[in-house]
Amino acid sequence: MAKTDIIIHDKKDNVGVIVIEKVTKGQDCGCWIMEDDTSSKVKSESEIPLGHKIALQDLKEGDTIIKYGHDIGKVVKSIKKGDHVHVHNVKTKKW
Amino acid sequence: MQIPKSFLGFKRENGRAGTRNHVIILPVDDISNACAEAVANNIKGTIALPHSYGRLQFGADLELHFRTMIGTGRNPNVAAVIVIGIEPKWTKRIVDAIAKTGKPVEGFSIEGVGDIDTIAKVSKKAQEFSMWASEKQREECPMSDLWISVKCGESDTTSGLASNPTVGNLMDKLEPLGVHLCFGETSELTGAETVCAKRGKTKEAQDKFMKTWNSYNDFILKEATNDLSESQPTAGNIAGGLTTIEEKAFGNFQKIGSRQFIDVLEPAEEPSKGKGLYFMDTSSAAAECVTLQAAGGFNIHLFPTGQGNIIGNPIEPVIKLTANPLTAKTMSEHIDLDVSKILSREMNLDQAGDELIKSTIKVANGKLTCAEALGHKEFVMTKLYRSA
Repeated sequence: MAKTDIIIHDKKDNVGVIVIEKVTKGQDCGCWIMEDDTSSKVKSESEIPLGHKIALQDLKEGDTIIKYGHDIGKVVKSIKKGDHVHVHNVKTKKW
Repeated sequence: MQIPKSFLGFKRENGRAGTRNHVIILPVDDISNACAEAVANNIKGTIALPHSYGRLQFGADLELHFRTMIGTGRNPNVAAVIVIGIEPKWTKRIVDAIAKTGKPVEGFSIEGVGDIDTIAKVSKKAQEFSMWASEKQREECPMSDLWISVKCGESDTTSGLASNPTVGNLMDKLEPLGVHLCFGETSELTGAETVCAKRGKTKEAQDKFMKTWNSYNDFILKEATNDLSESQPTAGNIAGGLTTIEEKAFGNFQKIGSRQFIDVLEPAEEPSKGKGLYFMDTSSAAAECVTLQAAGGFNIHLFPTGQGNIIGNPIEPVIKLTANPLTAKTMSEHIDLDVSKILSREMNLDQAGDELIKSTIKVANGKLTCAEALGHKEFVMTKLYRSA
């Protein structure tokens, strides 16, 4: 089994969660997709701590972040594949 | 794993069973706290449940106060109850409702007597109850005597990835054995509300859920000054990687596994539709939520945490689990079960669910939880609006 740095809930998700203490910039990260037990890779574009999210594709303003296969908010600042995804570039659609 | 069929509990007069054997001194109102605490200090084997309200409340808010008081006294983890209020009328209403369970209960009022003579009088009765309760023995009880409530707190992304799904796995395994289950947190299902509503077993349950959530959301939109981003998610949630309320809600929702809920309960309402999963309309603040669930009659609580919530309850043991390896290390005295190995894939959900079942049964049999050993007894009333 390849080392898992990132866990992705659902195949449809465009973000994954860092499950090691942190990933460093330029790190080739191993991803595990829970839904179908498959693996993939993504290169990190910045240092991201445990529990925080990484983009699995390029995203532009207004795009929807998908996690658990569901809509969890909107992109407010464009995001590149491998970027840290958090409150600086994503906001709730609720209020 | 072969799931155990029984645990060792305290059988009560009304056919329910407790995982604990408390004798409680319950103040009706804030000004009776001092008296209740003095009695609990005098008489070993009793605990006082001080709180902040109980005066000048009215309407639905007063009814919720009574329901919480009465439900706390009726909970099978409580062997006997002393109720102390400033006035006799509200005190009697609570005593009479608790007495229907058949357990020993007696009420006292302070007005016209004063604290000191009341403390003396109540202490004699409390000693009698404490010594009576101390003779109770644990007996074998079927798993269906477990009423399990769940609520998560100081969540982070590890909650949604691993500790909440571990609770969901336990629910999936234990529901067929006839246990009662309860989840709540109306506000923290925001973003997942329509997905959650679909888990209602009947159209009636689904509609009742949406009505409850809409009523909360209307209130929030009316009272909010700008937006709620300062409160939901919390600073702790954000530090742990949670970005939006929707993300928090879908993580929260993992706690019910693949179960469907059969009914929606008012805060502190006792379920009346038999075994299975219930949704209770509660605050998402940990102590308020667990206090309401305990008042609904739940006798053991599972509490997944990410960044490390430390809550306990005076009558319902609160078992904490985390999947965050840092929390498991830095706050180990608060964590009953560490499931962080799910993240490193050294443990799967099925194994984690089994471990949680084992921990739950140990605590049901009498093992102290971390929160009990550390003295956490948060008893927090939910108040709906200002008093008259």
